[in-house]
Amino acid sequence: MPDLVTLTINGAAIQAPAGMLVIDAAKRSGIEVPAFCYYEGLTLQAACRMCLVEVEKMPKLMTACTLTVAEGMVVRTETPQVVAARKSMLEFLLANHPLDCPVCDKGGECELQDMTFRYGAGESRFTEMKVHVDEKQWSPVVFFDNPRCILCYRCVRICNEGMGVGALGVINRGVVSEIAPNKGDHLECDECGMCIDICPVGALTSGTYRYHTRPWEMTHVGTICTHCSNGCKTTLGVRNDEIIRGNNRDRSGINGEFLCIKGRYAFDFYNHPERLLAPLVRVNGKLEEASWSKALETVAVKFKEVRARGGKFGVVGSNHTTNEENYYLQKFARKILGTGNIDHHRTGDVPALLDALSGKTGKLATAADLYQKKAVLVIGADLALEQPFLSFQLRANYRHHQAHVYAVTTAPVREDQYAAASARVALGGELDALESLRDRLRAEPELVIVFGDAIKGAGVRRLVDFGESLGIPVQYVCLLDYSNSRGAADMGMLPDSGAMAMPEMLAAEDLDVLWVVGANPLRQVPGAGSRFVVVHDLFLTETAKSADVVFPAASAYEKNGTVTNVCGEVQRLIKAVGAMGAKPDLEIMGLLAREMGVAADLGPWIPDAVFAEIRKNVRGYDVSLPVLEMGGAAQTSALNGRVPLDGRPELIRSAHDNLFTSGTLGRYSKVLNSVVENHGNR
Amino acid sequence: MTFSPELELRFAKLLTSYPPGRQRSAVIPMLLYAQDEIGSVTPELMEEVARRTGVTPLQVDEVVGYYSMLHKKPLGKYHVQICTNISCLLRGGMELWEHACRKVGVGHKDVTADGQISLEEVECIGACSWAPALQVNYDFHHQVTPEKLDRLLDSLRKIH
Amino acid sequence: MLYNEPSPLETKVLTRRFGMENSASIDTYLATEGYRAFEKAAGMKFEQIIEEMKISNLRGRGGAGFPTGMKWSFVPRSSPKPKYIVVNADESEPGTCKDRLLIENDPHQLIEGTLIAGLAVDAHAGYIYIRGEYRYLIEIMDKAIAEAYGRGYLGKNIRGTGFDFELYTHTGAGAYECGEESALLESLEGKRGIPRIRPPFPAVSGAFQCPTILNNVETYCAVPAIIRDGGAAFAALGIPKAGGTKLTCLTGHLNRPGVYELKLGFPVKTMIEEVGGGILGGKKLKAFIPGGSSCPVLTAAECEGLTMDYDAMAKAKTMLGSGGVVVMHEDTCMVKAALRIMRFYAHESCGWCIPCREGTNWLRKLLQRFHDGMGQRSDIALIGDLAKNMLGKTFCPLGDAAALPTISIVEKFYHEFEDHLDGKPCPYEEAGRLVTA
Repeated sequence: MPDLVTLTINGAAIQAPAGMLVIDAAKRSGIEVPAFCYYEGLTLQAACRMCLVEVEKMPKLMTACTLTVAEGMVVRTETPQVVAARKSMLEFLLANHPLDCPVCDKGGECELQDMTFRYGAGESRFTEMKVHVDEKQWSPVVFFDNPRCILCYRCVRICNEGMGVGALGVINRGVVSEIAPNKGDHLECDECGMCIDICPVGALTSGTYRYHTRPWEMTHVGTICTHCSNGCKTTLGVRNDEIIRGNNRDRSGINGEFLCIKGRYAFDFYNHPERLLAPLVRVNGKLEEASWSKALETVAVKFKEVRARGGKFGVVGSNHTTNEENYYLQKFARKILGTGNIDHHRTGDVPALLDALSGKTGKLATAADLYQKKAVLVIGADLALEQPFLSFQLRANYRHHQAHVYAVTTAPVREDQYAAASARVALGGELDALESLRDRLRAEPELVIVFGDAIKGAGVRRLVDFGESLGIPVQYVCLLDYSNSRGAADMGMLPDSGAMAMPEMLAAEDLDVLWVVGANPLRQVPGAGSRFVVVHDLFLTETAKSADVVFPAASAYEKNGTVTNVCGEVQRLIKAVGAMGAKPDLEIMGLLAREMGVAADLGPWIPDAVFAEIRKNVRGYDVSLPVLEMGGAAQTSALNGRVPLDGRPELIRSAHDNLFTSGTLGRYSKVLNSVVENHGNR
Repeated sequence: MTFSPELELRFAKLLTSYPPGRQRSAVIPMLLYAQDEIGSVTPELMEEVARRTGVTPLQVDEVVGYYSMLHKKPLGKYHVQICTNISCLLRGGMELWEHACRKVGVGHKDVTADGQISLEEVECIGACSWAPALQVNYDFHHQVTPEKLDRLLDSLRKIH
Repeated sequence: MLYNEPSPLETKVLTRRFGMENSASIDTYLATEGYRAFEKAAGMKFEQIIEEMKISNLRGRGGAGFPTGMKWSFVPRSSPKPKYIVVNADESEPGTCKDRLLIENDPHQLIEGTLIAGLAVDAHAGYIYIRGEYRYLIEIMDKAIAEAYGRGYLGKNIRGTGFDFELYTHTGAGAYECGEESALLESLEGKRGIPRIRPPFPAVSGAFQCPTILNNVETYCAVPAIIRDGGAAFAALGIPKAGGTKLTCLTGHLNRPGVYELKLGFPVKTMIEEVGGGILGGKKLKAFIPGGSSCPVLTAAECEGLTMDYDAMAKAKTMLGSGGVVVMHEDTCMVKAALRIMRFYAHESCGWCIPCREGTNWLRKLLQRFHDGMGQRSDIALIGDLAKNMLGKTFCPLGDAAALPTISIVEKFYHEFEDHLDGKPCPYEEAGRLVTA
């Protein structure tokens, strides 16, 4: 517990921890001290001078953002002198700032507008010529309008400090100072777009959102990004049932102010022209649009027939669908279809990790732990490219807490910039390299070990043995690819002992039915035999093209449910828009169950009801409902749910999607494709 | 990118003049000395300096625009910098500047067509007690009268 | 060698070698008690060195006037980090041209000053940051440094004292703001010359984030005399709380402009009339700047009984500053002066903070429009108001430096602004009276 200091702000005595800044102490007591350049988590600037306050015994006004609290300090934030100072700072700022409000995207959520309204003058005394420079486009998604820029340097700092990319800088001097991109006239960066959202004014704007709408015309829905496994909250701006933009300006998720290009922009797959809007049934060798009743009937009849004669089913689940959907699917498969041939594209060996941690508690790290714990070891993973939020957390941990980060990877990674130690190894040599770090790791007070798909099967056991032998508290994160890869494993989308895994299912000549929900296994592997193939998907993928019946499925942004991120944190999806013609997978399966007359056996196909059952039946999933309902994240316990280890580590294979790819969804995102094309054209 | 042996020697000395890991300190001196040799700060020079000092080209760019003596546009072989700040202003600096512009036929930071002479109206160059003063490249000229200026400019035109 | 005719009224301590043949060579230096102070200091305890500096009442000669002994005492000797001596030779304050002479005419005096500073705070490396325009001085300084190395006055185990000291020159590239100590340190690190948030101050976190002494050229040049002859002797040359002499740059409308070393407390009137030889053309004094364009301007009346020292100037609501004296006679257009001064600050503003970046440029445009005859009456009050809005609110003193002279001119020469209203041409130019002699 840090010592507390008592100071007086506007006549009221308040207590604050020693070392806290006056601006934060004031905020905690409900007193707003305005500031542009002060941004929690980034280095101090004291450049905008908006936070000037009166401090007794100091001859000049002091910036509250650089002043630490002191015992007996007397601060006044609303005296005539302070009020006049704020007004004059705004007047100076508005001298060259163009009167663009009518055409500027930021109008309605602009900090300069808000501050001028609250603290500024109603009229301007500036009658000279304003400095003008034309607007520039720095990337497919980033536009920069220099006259609007107030030079708060937030964008430069978030790119440099926050991301470690350093694609933005400041050139020239004085009133012609200008933010500049790293390639002179364009940006070469992660295209995360954080610079756009951190900009308090409309200097940096989004190329995909500009001129579309005003912020107050949208409803904002906070849901979980459907791309990688990090579980970032993305707040979708929806108008007239159309998603106009995604961002995280309210910083309400576990990701705080972080959001990458996929979470921010790559929602646009959802209304791609090739989106499936109606069920398809194969008639005379050709897939044709059919009614729901026809499609459901076709499948139900087939399922009942195959079940009756004891035929073989194979079920492939999804890395993207919700926990409720995967749970219901495996229940459908095991209870109704009587099969244990269940699998999904496994991207990380979670079962092996949970098995190795059996009997222990508190061994799984959350995303917050990656920011808080004093040491982190990253094995076999390029976090900045593949797990961008986790990478951001580590870097912030280093920046704020001087955490020791160790990287053991096959190629240079961005963590090398600040790692306490980096080791390059050949693929497969990761565990051997750990011995050389043993002494350094043992000296740490605690450790989080993050590992990629190079560690699997017996390798996971060996890694955990190593961790536990260090004699310090160790937690683990098994990296996964997609938004609900962890949930898929936890819900039991894995084969029963002795049953067929995915390769066997695909190769089996005598498989009668292959049911694929939200996956594309036949992309690289051709089918075999004359099985009956049922597919749920958003698009006509390679697998769907070979199907007998295709159901149009809803995306994560079009349904409710829960997903579990790579750290085992469960979060709620909130439906943002309606799906034209498509239905959530849970509903499709429920309707199928009803068609087959087995609905009562499976229970209601409402997400809340299914989740209630999950909480009861899936070990480790009795998480706090209030936390979830408030939009928070609740971590599951490290208990091996219902999954026997099938000893098939060779089936663990990460797709290694990077910042600009995202499996099937990425292929249909115009934004991602345009960025990739743009890179290719250079 | 290659430079003259003298310049390379200077660079080598620079890189050992600062504490270990602080080669970035060499950026501004390198840029200025290299500019003296090649005429202006080119994109190639920025990349070269970035490479030699371990910073990004953007970090070099940030510095180029900040310092008045670094320029991306080539100036004249003889860059005539006339001070018009207060002490020189009081002794005819502004008139001297206007005279120069008329005589040479170019304006602030512009070069004659033959690239021989460029003019710049500069801030205080530290010759205040010998005003009005000017610099031609790095050489100081003090107590400059319009006649003296004429003779100076004429002589600069004759040198090739 | 750049220099002017010395005045009999000078007290030549720092400038005693000016005018000597080969004054810059080490042989001349050694023949005139050069490096004796260092040898004496090498035998002193560091506390004694600092105590002597405090006794001398030497105050920073760059402009801020902070007591030097006190500044040196802030460096934590016990810090495990290496310590540095940095010399501010970025001399760019308009009206100031003294550090240039010190380096050109007596570079070894500066070297000796840095050596003694190094002894005082256990620093073993020094950087002389010289403004880019002073290229020939870098060459002179490098030559002197090479001479010093050659004779064992720099490098390892200097003259057998066991003290190591490396000294380097480092060039700037044209930025007034780099004369501000923390901006200078940023520039030394290869970055834009943006000042730093303080605290921490350079004494604790300076060059390369290590404890650093950063002083002006003239300040270091006074150190050998202080150690050699004792702080009390130096203090006695001045007045209480401000010891020693000040190199004063007489500029503007004077018959004998030049750099003169005068005791602190020297009367302003005597300085103008007898040292400076009186006003050009026998004209009347109109305005007086004591220490560079960053100071409030004084009227002729305000110069009565005024002396050149820190406290007297502060009492007169201006500053001794750098000692760059600018004398303006009755035919000076004060509006033009205000404009040119503001043009300087607008050009040199680093752009970091809103009030200076926007304020100086707004004022520049306003003053330009005003001097061109397109001003309105309300503009006159606006000039003062905007300048006051910058005052005390900027990130570094450049904002104050721009505001102070502007406020003083607009308040004390208000009628001249009125004379430019209603499209009237500038009375000084219109009457054909040139601003020159």
